[in-house]
Amino acid sequence: MITFDRVTKRYPDGTVAVDDLSLEVPTGGITVFVGPSGCGKTTSLRMINRMIDPSEGRVLLDGVDVTTVDPPTLRRGIGYVIQQAGLFPHRKIVDNVATVPQLLGWDRRKARDRAMELLERVGLDTGLANRYPFQLSGGQQQRVGVARALAADPPVLLMDEPFSAVDPIVRASLQDELLRLQAELHKTIVFVTHDIDEAVKLGDRVAVLQVGGHLAQLDDPATLLARPADGFVREFLGRDRGIRRLSFVPGAGLGLRGDLTVPVSADVASARGTAEPWLAVVDPDGGPLGWAATAGLPESGTFEAVPLAPYGTFVRDRDSLRAALDAALLSPSGNAIAVDDSGRAEGVVTREVLDEALVLAAREASRVAGETRADEGPGEAGGAREAADGR
Amino acid sequence: MNWLTDFFGDPAHWSGPDGIPARLLEHLAFSAAALLLAALIALPLGLWIGHTGRGAYFIVATVNVARAIPTLGLLVLFVLLLGTTTVWPVLIPLVALAAPPILVNTYEGVRGVDPDLRDAAYGMGLRGGQVLGRVLVPVALPLILLGLRLSAVQVVATTTVAAYAGLGGLGRFIIDGLATKDYASVAGGAVLVVLFALAVQLLFTLAQRTAVSPGVSRRQRVR
Repeated sequence: MITFDRVTKRYPDGTVAVDDLSLEVPTGGITVFVGPSGCGKTTSLRMINRMIDPSEGRVLLDGVDVTTVDPPTLRRGIGYVIQQAGLFPHRKIVDNVATVPQLLGWDRRKARDRAMELLERVGLDTGLANRYPFQLSGGQQQRVGVARALAADPPVLLMDEPFSAVDPIVRASLQDELLRLQAELHKTIVFVTHDIDEAVKLGDRVAVLQVGGHLAQLDDPATLLARPADGFVREFLGRDRGIRRLSFVPGAGLGLRGDLTVPVSADVASARGTAEPWLAVVDPDGGPLGWAATAGLPESGTFEAVPLAPYGTFVRDRDSLRAALDAALLSPSGNAIAVDDSGRAEGVVTREVLDEALVLAAREASRVAGETRADEGPGEAGGAREAADGR
Repeated sequence: MNWLTDFFGDPAHWSGPDGIPARLLEHLAFSAAALLLAALIALPLGLWIGHTGRGAYFIVATVNVARAIPTLGLLVLFVLLLGTTTVWPVLIPLVALAAPPILVNTYEGVRGVDPDLRDAAYGMGLRGGQVLGRVLVPVALPLILLGLRLSAVQVVATTTVAAYAGLGGLGRFIIDGLATKDYASVAGGAVLVVLFALAVQLLFTLAQRTAVSPGVSRRQRVR
């Protein structure tokens, strides 16, 4: 666990980068520091590995004040990933990854083996091991940066805007990769970003910092979106908070209807007389093909001949309510097709079922947020009132 | 052009204490000594100032002074001060000529390393000396070698002035030739100095090839 105990960083010119920050970073989770530039998020991160020392207060790593540890020794036990990866251009990829193990005195062979193992682990072709950094794309370099930080298996990982310099598609895949790695490794990760979407996607807990180094709110992402502590946090979270919060509501509980799917080989006569305006047509393997309007069915033949309307799907066991809603909005029927991992239709989630789930989610959000608020005592009442005014 | 064949064709010029091989060796010795001394002073200083950022004003001052000092004037001054019994009146001006390019390029090379790289190096737990030795120097090596090369070529060309102080080197063919109106000797000496300078240039280019990491020079070496 990392503890910030009334930490202030003041520079000689009087600038206060971090102001009386107290918070705990729990072991084994991702804690994101997010905020606009000048909010002290990077400064706070760098005080953990003593790249910067606090002016007042203490930063504790598992109860030990970090300023009592020799900086290089401290840093060798903490993984560090920065924005431009910061790979050593004169060393091959494998040697870059083996940097810390070599500093720790591992023998060369063991360090190299470990480096190769990590390259695979972060999703890189080991054929890149003998290349130089300039021969890799930005996304690949960033993966190497993560591998390098993990090389000596440190319990703590500090990541300072590691994915901000790559394009959005690569960024999304790096984020997914990090979540996948974290599910295996359970590191204590402090992640700095200015991108609230990234914070909400990656964080188990998100600390929103305000210019001048004040902690504005520290909560899990769903609570943060449901109930911002004040106007600053609300504005920083931006639009569509309600919709985005649905990402944290699992879609697994949605009720399915099995009677709204029909095989493409079925005779149209079988559908005549149904009261349902739309049927989901599936291929022989169960994969969805589209929606058929029951009002316009031909006289005879199978569904092969019926024109199909577009559709949306979501994976019921894995996706959120937001994905289900999105799938429904992509279909003229307003219904979403639930599929399993292999893409076979499991059934249909109707508009009515979705409506009910949305209402439940909204109630749950205000209930959870209300409890959190009550726990924090009367001092926070102003913030709660402000949040409740419903902008 | 038959001056050259007169000069290089004369077997007397290829032996004895004032023959081409002996003069060439003297020239080499002076140049190498001057470059070595200059490097011993300028390399550590440039590395230290570039690494710590302390004393950067010293670099600016050095560049300005170095541009202004005439090597020949300095030579005359030291000959007057120290006489011609030692090599110092020649070595000191040559070192003064050679040190600034090494100092400035080493400093610029180290200082110019991407701050993110420094940050990453410290952040992974390298100590100050390790950051310098394992990261900054290898990355700055092209500029450091450039400084050494510029100095070496200048020194080789300028070591000719050793002859003014009555010392040896290829300059003797030029100075003595001028004194005795032996223009074949002047031209021959000049050609030898030029060839020597070109050889030094070539040597450093090869050194650059082998010493600088392909990752820094960005030479493709993909299997």
